[in-house]
Amino acid sequence: MRNAVPPDDDAPEYSPRPFWSGTISFGLVSIPVDIYSAHRAARDALRMLAPDGTPLSRRYFCPKTNTELEWDDIVRGYEVEEGKFVVVTDEELEAIAPEKSRDIDLRLFVDAASIDPRWLVRSYYLTPAGDSTKAYRLLARVMEERNRAGIATFVMRGKEYLVAIRASGGILRAETLRFADELREAPDIGPAKKTTLDRKRVAAIRREIERRLTDDPGLDELPDTRTERLRALVERKLKRGEDIVGAPEEVEAAEGGPQVIDLMEVLKERLGREEAA
Amino acid sequence: MARAIWKGVIRFGEVGVPVGLYSAAADRSVSFRLLHRTDLVPVRQHMVHPVTGKVVPPEQIRRGYDLGDGRFLLLDDEELASLEPPPSREIEIARFVEAPGVDREWYDRPYHLAPDGDRSGYAALAAALHQARAQGIAAWVMRKKAYRGAIFSDGERLTLFTLHAPEEVIPASVLPAPGGRRLETREIALARQLVEALEDEFDPSAFRDEYRERVLELVRAKAKGKAVPRAKAPRRKPAAPLARALEESLKRARKDEKRRAA
Repeated sequence: MRNAVPPDDDAPEYSPRPFWSGTISFGLVSIPVDIYSAHRAARDALRMLAPDGTPLSRRYFCPKTNTELEWDDIVRGYEVEEGKFVVVTDEELEAIAPEKSRDIDLRLFVDAASIDPRWLVRSYYLTPAGDSTKAYRLLARVMEERNRAGIATFVMRGKEYLVAIRASGGILRAETLRFADELREAPDIGPAKKTTLDRKRVAAIRREIERRLTDDPGLDELPDTRTERLRALVERKLKRGEDIVGAPEEVEAAEGGPQVIDLMEVLKERLGREEAA
Repeated sequence: MARAIWKGVIRFGEVGVPVGLYSAAADRSVSFRLLHRTDLVPVRQHMVHPVTGKVVPPEQIRRGYDLGDGRFLLLDDEELASLEPPPSREIEIARFVEAPGVDREWYDRPYHLAPDGDRSGYAALAAALHQARAQGIAAWVMRKKAYRGAIFSDGERLTLFTLHAPEEVIPASVLPAPGGRRLETREIALARQLVEALEDEFDPSAFRDEYRERVLELVRAKAKGKAVPRAKAPRRKPAAPLARALEESLKRARKDEKRRAA
């Protein structure tokens, strides 16, 4: 297994790089996969700029020596008492669970519908990493047909993950799940007394619900006021030619230069790749 | 009783039910700090000018909208403030969908909803939503940020999930499924039997984050200057042809099952 993300607890959650690369095992069958987030960075995020309009870079500094640090200068530490840290290396973290850091070993299959969304932390897509997609497709097909999800745990970067591997439409997905002690109980709202239930009110609310019942959650249609306002503001200012900084890049440079890799394109390419003969 | 992180009123048509939001999740993973290797001082982050290499202090940092061609459009504080949605206590439900409802890749964080005053209204909404086997799709503004969410009921209690923004979500529906040579009937049958042999109920309490304990033990041992165990080289499993691997796995799974039953 390789750690696909640098050992940075502040690393952006949104990345076109895989979250994890390794092997899903299913009995003695091994399925090499890359796991990618199901979420990408919002397009309209604002950048931080210098007074002259140059986009800034985030860097790490040591407040004591006042020097800028490279990744090699940085280690990970656990605070054992205030201001006192114990350094922990990736190798040490891996050494205490070597068997768990390379494989997602599916030894349990459960009813996929029985995994309450409250358990869910994040969603991911799995792409086949080897030449053959056969084992991937086989697992996806059988899980989907039986409406089952595979459950396993694995370790990455000093953290254990409980994960459900599910299938839909021929695609394998992963969901990281909360451990039982990571769910909080509901606040006490007193005993549920059926007698206090106002039947008329229930019926009236139910009618209101049914009047608004649709098949489509319409999540794309709900107004996202900030994005709309931002786009309108940008358009107004552009028309007036106000507050534009930086020089437009040459067309050539823009085409040949580093391009922003979109996670959705990465996923489409990796899932749609032809199987090697 | 825990305190509500926010209070609002669920509203659709004539219905208005005041509720409080309570976080339903708590992250318990061990958290590390990034340290400077030589003096073990926690690092700080600063924004740096890439050309001059100088740190730009926060009060001099400007915000810009990326025009995508090397140019940025500057926005001042007043303009940034104008992007914030007006504050409101309304949790507006525009529509309901039948269960299972929203696709799973949309879910973000879970919250318990508790009645804020009108218990009878809360109980009636919980009952009605459960009877209709529906989820409410909600929109509201909390702490200067617009949210969308899905509201569920188990008959007595309401749960609210915040949802990811549409521009963030990569819907499964746009992704192609991997293709390739046709799967053999025998392989499908074997794989199905293997899944069946490994089927059981989902019992979340059966999984404990044992690794968290091990990490804390490691840290304590190191704090006392004790030696830590070395990594063992992982045992590689020999690659077998798919059908044979499935057959062998099935044999083992059945043996385990028999042993458990005995």
